[in-house]
Order: sequence, then structure tokens, then C-alpha cells
Amino acid sequence: MSNNVQEIDILTADDAELMRISREGTLSLNLTEMRAIQSHFRALERNPTDVEIETLAQTWSEHCVHKTFKSIIHYAEPGKESERIDGLFPTYIQRATQEINKPWCVSVFSDNAGIIEFDDTYNLVFKVETHNHPSAIEPYGGAGTGIGGVIRDSLGTGLGAKPILNTDVFCFGMPDTPYDALPKGTLHPKRVFKGVVAGVRDYGNRMGIPTANGAILFDEGYTANPLVFCGNVGLIPRDRCEKSVEPGDLIVAIGGQTGRDGIHGATFSSAELDDTSESLGSVVQIGNPIMEKKIVDALLQARDRQLYRSITDCGAGGFSSAVGEMGQDTGAEVHLERVSLKYDGLAPWEIWLSEAQERMVVAVPPENLEELTQICEAEVVEATVLGTFTDTRKLQIFYKGTLVGDLDMEFLHNGIPQPIKKAVWHPKSPASSVGASPAYPVGAVSNRALENTTDILCRLLASPNIASKESVIRQYDHEVQGCLVLKPLVGVENDGPGDACIATPVLGNRKGVIVANGINPKYSEIDSYHSAAAAIDEALRNVIAVGGTLEKTALLDNFCWGNPDKPDRLGELVRAAKACYDIATAYGTPFISGKDSLYNEYRDTTTGEQRAIPATLLISAICVIEDVNRAITMDVKSPGNAVYVVGKTYTEFGGSHYSELYKLDCKDEFLHPPNAPVVRPNKGKLTMETLSTAISEGLVRSCHDCSEGGIGVAAAEMAFAGGYGMHLNLAHIPIGETSGLNNDVRLFSESQSRFLVEIEPQHREAFETRMADVPLGCIGTVTEGEEFIVTGTEGARIIETSISVLKSAWQGTLR
Amino acid sequence: MKKPKVLILRTAGTNCDAETDAAFQLAGAETALIHIQHLIGAVGESSRSRILLADYQILAIPGGFSYGDDISAGILLATEMKHKLTGALTQFIADGKLIIGICNGFQVLVKAGLLPKATAVGAVSNRDTAPNGKGGFPYPTGITQQATLAMNTSAKFECRWVTLETQQSPCVFTKGIKPRVYLPVAHAEGRFTAPPEVLEQIEANRQVVFRYASAEYPCNPNGSDANIAGICDTTGRIFGMMPHPERFLTKWNHPRWTRENLPEEGDGVAIFKNAVNYAKAS
Repeated sequence: MSNNVQEIDILTADDAELMRISREGTLSLNLTEMRAIQSHFRALERNPTDVEIETLAQTWSEHCVHKTFKSIIHYAEPGKESERIDGLFPTYIQRATQEINKPWCVSVFSDNAGIIEFDDTYNLVFKVETHNHPSAIEPYGGAGTGIGGVIRDSLGTGLGAKPILNTDVFCFGMPDTPYDALPKGTLHPKRVFKGVVAGVRDYGNRMGIPTANGAILFDEGYTANPLVFCGNVGLIPRDRCEKSVEPGDLIVAIGGQTGRDGIHGATFSSAELDDTSESLGSVVQIGNPIMEKKIVDALLQARDRQLYRSITDCGAGGFSSAVGEMGQDTGAEVHLERVSLKYDGLAPWEIWLSEAQERMVVAVPPENLEELTQICEAEVVEATVLGTFTDTRKLQIFYKGTLVGDLDMEFLHNGIPQPIKKAVWHPKSPASSVGASPAYPVGAVSNRALENTTDILCRLLASPNIASKESVIRQYDHEVQGCLVLKPLVGVENDGPGDACIATPVLGNRKGVIVANGINPKYSEIDSYHSAAAAIDEALRNVIAVGGTLEKTALLDNFCWGNPDKPDRLGELVRAAKACYDIATAYGTPFISGKDSLYNEYRDTTTGEQRAIPATLLISAICVIEDVNRAITMDVKSPGNAVYVVGKTYTEFGGSHYSELYKLDCKDEFLHPPNAPVVRPNKGKLTMETLSTAISEGLVRSCHDCSEGGIGVAAAEMAFAGGYGMHLNLAHIPIGETSGLNNDVRLFSESQSRFLVEIEPQHREAFETRMADVPLGCIGTVTEGEEFIVTGTEGARIIETSISVLKSAWQGTLR
Repeated sequence: MKKPKVLILRTAGTNCDAETDAAFQLAGAETALIHIQHLIGAVGESSRSRILLADYQILAIPGGFSYGDDISAGILLATEMKHKLTGALTQFIADGKLIIGICNGFQVLVKAGLLPKATAVGAVSNRDTAPNGKGGFPYPTGITQQATLAMNTSAKFECRWVTLETQQSPCVFTKGIKPRVYLPVAHAEGRFTAPPEVLEQIEANRQVVFRYASAEYPCNPNGSDANIAGICDTTGRIFGMMPHPERFLTKWNHPRWTRENLPEEGDGVAIFKNAVNYAKAS
């Protein structure tokens, strides 16, 4: 064909030829999908054009259609009958939300972000995305466009939400990885770390959106495949949450010009990385935050004047996905030569697929075009009419008058064959199921190598996962928009680790939104079920700890996994999805949106060595709080107050930070993995609800959740954040087992659903009465001065140090 | 009494406009968020600029990253104002009206040559010969940049709260304000620096409005000369500062409201109230 359009000869192709076409075109389509395309075009008696086959590949990509989560899975576990799962997403995620059935869920899983009610005027939208593959190759650009992309998700939800808050979570390789241990072709974790932070900083700060919540994790499993999660919360008027497209509406592109950047991003992200991926420069997008700011400024005005009927962002797949999606139920006619280009020389399929950043597509009734154009001119943003939505149920793509693509919407969106996959799961430890006996040499722990408990506590505080992230947090503007009432850093010197952030998105109004997260990939070394359960529990604990309620909390799920075509990886995914259903329904907290990034694997093309990332589920929580004046922070407030542990402690060291130290110090003793922390959701729910009530009654002066490093780390953080000492006695910690637990278990076990709270003397009685049904132990007091003293169960002081020693251990690592 | 009108100037990359707007409204002003495109007559009818700016008593240039802070922070907006708004701006100043620049706005005022010494603007007003009121070109030689806001000594963007010491100055915005105020900074280019003779002049004229409470990092978060956090011109009517008063309007903005007994009104409010009261009186 003319005009730089190629016909792809598939009508006569055999299977090998079909797969060659898929591979060489970076289409990431499998044989079943290629055959489906072949038979579709055989019926039409013609070959597809490159525009058509590329459109199908983008629309059918894992990134866009999430086929793994919709596929039929035959799942096997040893000793159990094989199970057929008709889609992980409908079976475990969507069903949980349906059963929980919260009236304040406005829109779930259907738009670019989930929507929940906020107040009488506004709703909130929330979405978290990943940008892993690009960040592995080009950390700065990859992370920047990651945050840029998720901001456009908020802007593309309903008729457009105003972005009010960013959250970001990163997973990197160990910062001290020796250079000669780096997998071939990968960047050093420190370089990825620096680049990603700078990318998020420069994009988020320029957009004027506070980056107020996040986490940074380090594990050698992420060396070749770093993870970058970027999230955004938006505020949207209640009457601007629904969209529609009418035939005759104009297809208008708003924003940046189109170039050859980011081509094949969607299909690239559905492939594994290898040591040659670094040379794939064109798959990474180039970000321009000021362009995006201009788009937000222009579109929010146009939204308020009701100038368009529908909106979506150009993300993966560029115009092909945006227009294809918007016109799904109508039809669309697009003229590619009208697209505003950065430079000449793009083939039509490249214009159509380019993932050039900062572009939105809106459906504009013709009579509103002039007013929309005027707004865009005033904000100096380009608005280009690309075509029209039709009633043909066809996606028709023209280039200089020639029809270069003519696809049935029905085939494009529903023609993908439902994949059938196999999954198996083998328990890694015989004791990893709930209720089994502990497989940990409990007695050996404190008596053998890990003797100096003060030293253990300092080493835990200094471990990169627990250590202060202040050097990163300060680079983000978390004060812009003037609405952040609980900051990421809290305490007497503004440098303690807050559990969650709170914003008041409507200036002058004390109604707030809490954002928190939970992520525990280390537990998935033992069982991804417990890792996923713990992620939900942790996110909810963080919400409760600052004054939120389970009743008003919604969740997002972001799965980052290895190659789901491999049954063992998929088995772990099934386990995690099951946990999502079980725990979310038990707590009554619905999922409102989510995303998955699979194929996070690295292959060395010379040695053939292949490895997947640790199975990683990020749970983000959002909760509406009626009056932020009820909120509390984690820093202790004054000497003389009592310190309580809420919730029971069990021997649960599996995947804990303590067991990492143990592995280092006593290699021989570490025969098999110990129990992962187990969520007991019924008990956990009672604990959280009761504590939440106590906090709302004003009985709790400060509260911190117990997560990595257990009670020991939580207590130290509360003390040094508040600038006071603590005297604690481990004998009074409520324990979940009949036999007495040793001191290390009490201090460092990572059992779930636990909190440390500070109670003023005059409130102790009321607090204890309120908490009567919940395991509770008063373990000590806040003290004047710097002393941090812990007495063990035998009555001897096992920790005797000062808060400044603990604080400098915590602050020294990532300074 | 009629509410004074505040023009909050916007351009590509402005991002503290909403909270600056809220601050002025809280202080009792009538506000308008105006894109510079409208002010320079680039859209809609021409020759609107002088009329528009003259309709207001206070000009506020909020924080953000105007034009991405490309080249250096604030310089593109400063250049645009210098060349396309000369006449209107000159008249505005000559009329004794108020200008405040916060963070990026401070960078703009300094790079436009309006701070520390804007007297030159008045002196050249009659040289503004452009017929359409958009200002003449080349820019009158009387206005030159005398100081700058350079990269922080920490060489990175930082967001943190700082204590400021209020200085004796003619500044209209800080009249009667507390001796110490607590506000957040969030910038990469906030190190105020100038040649020694300019610094001497600023000190001699008492143009320093706020100093960081100590020379030590991070109390002085950016390494500013003489710990300067904000300055005014000699009349006290043009004022620029790096910290963000609009981000501390209520006690819930304060990073330690959960542990300290604080008044409900934030330290930043007085600055906006002073401006509004001055405009009401004049």
C-alpha cells in the first residue's frame, strides 16, 4: 500500500510464520491470538495493514486488557483437588467489592480510576499505576512519565478530576550491591534509586501536586527489575463523574505533539527484560510536566463549562487505545494526517501508536468546539480535531484520504480468545498454613548468636527498608496546595515516620482524606497468600493509626509479578488473589481500582539464567475522615503517659527483618523458613474497629502500627520521633501462644493487626474499658530524658540505650 | 467598605495560585486568577492589559515553576513581564499599589529587576512609548537585575519548615507581625545573593523583611547571604519572599499541631491581612 502503510501477509502464514511476525514486530501476541487474527482476516478475505495489526496488538496487550486476570486458570495445590478459576479478577477482586457493597462506592473498575464519595459537593478518585520496565532502562524518564501517566488517569476519570495528592512506592535492588554482581545490562540500584526519585520529584513538584505518601523497599530480587508505583488522588464534582460519547461528537486531541517516543510501550511492558533491553530507547516516553499542567488548567475550565462529553488519556497504545476505547460502543473515524507532530517522517502506524506524553482525547459536541479552542489558546495548549465519533461500530483510520485501517469494534474489544493457563503452588514450608506449629528454632535464637538486643534493634533501625527516607521525602513538595494536615514526617523535629498522610482537599473545610499503603514482598518468599493478607492489614493499620475507620476505607490492588505463563508464578498469583478476597471481605473494605504488571523477569541471554521479582502486592488505602481535628500522629507527646500494646504477638518471624539478620549471623541454624505472619481478620477487625473508636473518643495521644521490626522498632520510632525516652517491660505483651514467648519474639516478631499507643494517665481507665474485648497490655511509660530501656521477661534489662543512639542508627543509612 | 481587588497572576507552571487565592479571600479581598495571556492582550481584544491591571490594587505572583523554570527559576516570566507589561506595571507601581511575589514570584520580581530596587521603574515610565500599552522594546535601561536567587547550597529541591525572624523594615505586608514566624519553604533555587554593594544598600535601607533564624543548615535552608528570606523595595510596597505564607493559614497546616497548643489562625494570614488593610486605607 502507499503512504508508508504495509500489508502484513498473514492469510497464508503457518504457525511459525505467525509467531515470527509477532516477535519481530514486538507485538507480544501469542499463537492463539495470532490465529484468531488470522481467521478474522481470512473471513474478510484480505490481509491486515500494519495499522490494524498494531492496533490489535496494543488493545490485546497484557498492559491494556489484563488478560491474565481474566483467563481461565487450572490451579493445583499438593493434596488438594485441582480447581478451575474463571478469571482471578471477577472471582476474587470484583466479587469482594460486590459482596461488600458499600453505598459510597461511586464507580469501581470501569473508569480510569476508582471513585468514592467525599462530601455533598465532591467525590474522590484514586488510582495507582506502575511504570516498571521504562524505569529499569531510563529511571528518570521512566519514573517521571509514570507519575505523569497516573495524573492523567485522574484527569481522565469521569469528566476530569483535579489532582490533589501523589503517592509513590519504589522497590529497588540492595543499595550496596557489588558492581561485579550486577546482572548483565542492568543499572546499579543506586543509580536507579537516584534517577527514579529525581524523576518523580521533578514531575510531581512542577505539577504542583503534593507527594505526600510512599515507601521505598530494597531487596536483591529487584536488581534487574525495579518497581515504580505512582498513585494519584483527585477531587471531582459529584455531577461530573459520568461520561458518554454520542455519534457526531468530535474527537479532539489536547496537549503535546506526537513523536516517535514510547512506541510499543504497551507490548514492551508485556515482555520480559533481558540484557539487551537497555538498547530499546524508543520504548521509553519523554515527559514534560509543564505541558501536563497546562492541560489540567485548560481542561478543568472546559469541564466546568461542560464543553465535552467524555475524556480519556493517551497512555499505553496512544491514540489507538484512547480512541478505540472511547468509541467502543459507537464507532470512530480518525484522520491521522491531522495529528500535530513533533517532526516529519512518522509512518501512520507510528502516529497512531505513539505514546508521546501529555495528550488527552475529549469527545466534543461540534457546537462547543470554538469555546474549547478559546480556552486552549488562552492556556497555550494545542487542541486538534482528529475526526468524529460515528455510529458504525467500526474503527476507521484514514491517512491523507486513504483508509489505512478498518476494524470492527466488536472484534477489537471482544475478539481476544480467553486464555487458559495452568497454575501450581507448592508450600515452601510445611508450617506456612494457618494454625500449624512453629517451625522456628525459637530457643536457639537469643541464646546463640544474636545476643546483644540493643545491637539488634540498632541494626534493624538501620536496615535500608526501615531506615529514615527523609533525604528523599524532603525533595518532594508535600506542602503545595496548602492542604496536607498530616505530613509524611511528624514529631518534635518533623522527622519521625508518619503512618499515613491526611489532606483536606477543600480549603477551609476540615473534612479530610487519609492515604496509606501496605506492602510486604518478603513474606511471599514463604507464601504469597500471607504476603497479600499482610499488605492489606498493614494499609488498614496505617489508616486506623492516624484516626481513620474501616467503615470508610477503600483499597487499590497493584500486583507486580513474574511471568504468569509459568505455572509456579501464576500459582503465587492465585494465592495472593485469594487472600485479597478473604481479607478484604472480612474487613469490609472494597477494592475500587487496581492494576497489574506482570512479566517482571530478567533473562541473561548468554547464560540463559532467568529470574522473577519477589511476588509483590501493593495495597493502597483511602479513607474519608469527617474532621481532621480527630487525627493523631505516632510521636510520643509527654512523659508520664502509658504505653500499651494492642493485639497479640505470635512467633512469626518468616520474612521478617529479624530473620534477615539471623540468616546473616547464623547461617547454619537457618534450616527452613519459619512462619510468615498470619492475618487473623476477625480478631484484626475487632482490634481495629475498637481502637478506631477509642481514637475518635480522644482517648489516644499517639498511635503507631507494628510492622517491619515489630514492637521493638515501633517503640523506638515513637520515642525518638517524640523526643522522649521509654521504659518498657516485655512481660506484659499480650501473647497468642500458650507457652511463653522469648524476648526476641516479643520484640521483633512481625505479627499482624498490632499497634502501640500512648495514653494519658487520666484516660487509662476509659481506654481500658473501651478496649475490654481486645488483647491489651500496658508495657511501660514515656519518660523524661533520653533513656530507652527494655526489661525482658526474666526481669533483666535487655536494651539500655538512648533515643539519640537509636535515631542516628535510623537516620544514618540513607542520609 | 469595598473589598480590595487582588490580581493573582498565572502562567504555564504556576501552581500555588489556589492557596494564594484562598489566603487573600480569607483576608477579605476580592480575587481574580488571571493568565498572563489575558494581561498582555495575547487573547481576546488587544489593549486590555493596562485596563485590567489598573483595575486591581494588589498584584500577587504565586509560587510554582513558571515555564518550567527553564533557563533559571522565574526568568522567563520575568522577561515576559519586563517586555510585555512595562507600561501597565510601571503605572501600577507609580500609583502606589502593592506587589507580592512568593517563592517563584519572588524569583520573578528579583529577575525582573523590581526587587530590591524598583525606583528605576518609575523614573522610566515616560519612556514607555509603545502605542498599544503593552510596553516598549527594548526594555528601558533603568531597570536591571541587581540580585539573584541561586541554586541552594544543598544543590537540591527541599521542602521543610523554617523559623523566620521579622526585621525592622518599611514592608507594608509585615506591619505589626510577630517577631518570629514559622513557615514552609519548598524550592531548589532560593539562595538570595547579590554583590556586596547591593547587600550593603539593602541593609542600609532596612529592606530585609525576613531572615532565617540561624545561619546553620537546615535553619537557613538554602545558604542565602545574610540569611535573607524576604526583601522589600524601599517603599515597602513591593515584597518578595521564598517561604510560603499561603501554606500556613490554619493551625492544621502546622507540622506539629497534634502536639502543640496553637492558635487557630496560622502565621501566614497576617501578611495577607496587612496587604488588604493597606489597600482598603489607600
